Amino acid sequence: MRNLPPFLMIVKEGLDKTLTVAKFLCALHVTNTYLCTSVMAQGPSMLPTFNLTGDLLLAERISARFGRVGPGDIVIIRSPENPRKIVAKRVKGVEGDSVTYVVEPKSSDRCETVVVPKGHVWIEGDNIYDSNDSRKFGAVPYGLIQGKVFWRIWPREGFGSVR
Amino acid sequence: MGTQNFLWTFAKNYFTVGLVALTISDRYASIVPVRGVSMSPTFNPHHSTLMGSNDDYVLVEKFCLEKYKFSPGDVVVFCSPTDHREKHVKRITALPGDWISSPYSHDALKIPEGHCWVEGDNFASSLDSRSYGPIPLGLVRGRVTHVVWPPQRVGKVERRIPQDGLPF
Repeated sequence: MRNLPPFLMIVKEGLDKTLTVAKFLCALHVTNTYLCTSVMAQGPSMLPTFNLTGDLLLAERISARFGRVGPGDIVIIRSPENPRKIVAKRVKGVEGDSVTYVVEPKSSDRCETVVVPKGHVWIEGDNIYDSNDSRKFGAVPYGLIQGKVFWRIWPREGFGSVR
Repeated sequence: MGTQNFLWTFAKNYFTVGLVALTISDRYASIVPVRGVSMSPTFNPHHSTLMGSNDDYVLVEKFCLEKYKFSPGDVVVFCSPTDHREKHVKRITALPGDWISSPYSHDALKIPEGHCWVEGDNFASSLDSRSYGPIPLGLVRGRVTHVVWPPQRVGKVERRIPQDGLPF
């Protein structure tokens, strides 16, 4: 019977530590979802702004939630072709804007103009020669935007704000 | 001094509970009210536009957001493609790659990759994919599994695939 209290003490301490870890993970989740998150962007579609092999970026979630994303912003967005993939692109127009874009820059200079429907945005990669964006799949609903990129962490030469 | 200490502890506990509740509601499940009659008779079967307190409350699970794998007949909550601040509740009737007969032009439409076709159970008064086309699966915020209020209609929300053109 004398072994019971020390055992209970160990159990209580284990529970306290677990609770602390759980609270920390919840705080991490809330920060990641509502304040600021990190994302690794790779691929050729945003050259020369981002590298081919991958840049580690910080994206803030507050602007997107309050509808303050505008043309010229780089956003991370859930791909309309695969909901499990997050891509980084630049917003070229918001709802109501008239966007003029080059349809196939590799073959011709033909331009088309389109009006962005309500609740949607038009996204394009900085490297229009190799970018799968709104020119292929059309304007995307604003609800797919996950955040606005504002800082680059890696590589170290590019550390600093992203415009 | 004692009151200050007590208030500080109280505020800390309140904040912690808030964080935990927010995490659980985002990652696991939450309870939301359903407004409107677009999903009658599944939700709000006797709803009158004057009485706001008769809304059904449903349990929305978030585990489906891991793989974005849905089945036809699932009722889902998604951000409206016309206004990202609004959330709608509708039933998925077609998945990527399915062919659907377009209601107003009599030709077949293929659901593009990564998109789905949503329709309300109450065909007569429902603003859904028949107006705004297929929606990207990335807009889905959860899947409705059970009705939790009012008590007389507590139960599982079944997967039902509507027959072509026929309302429930």
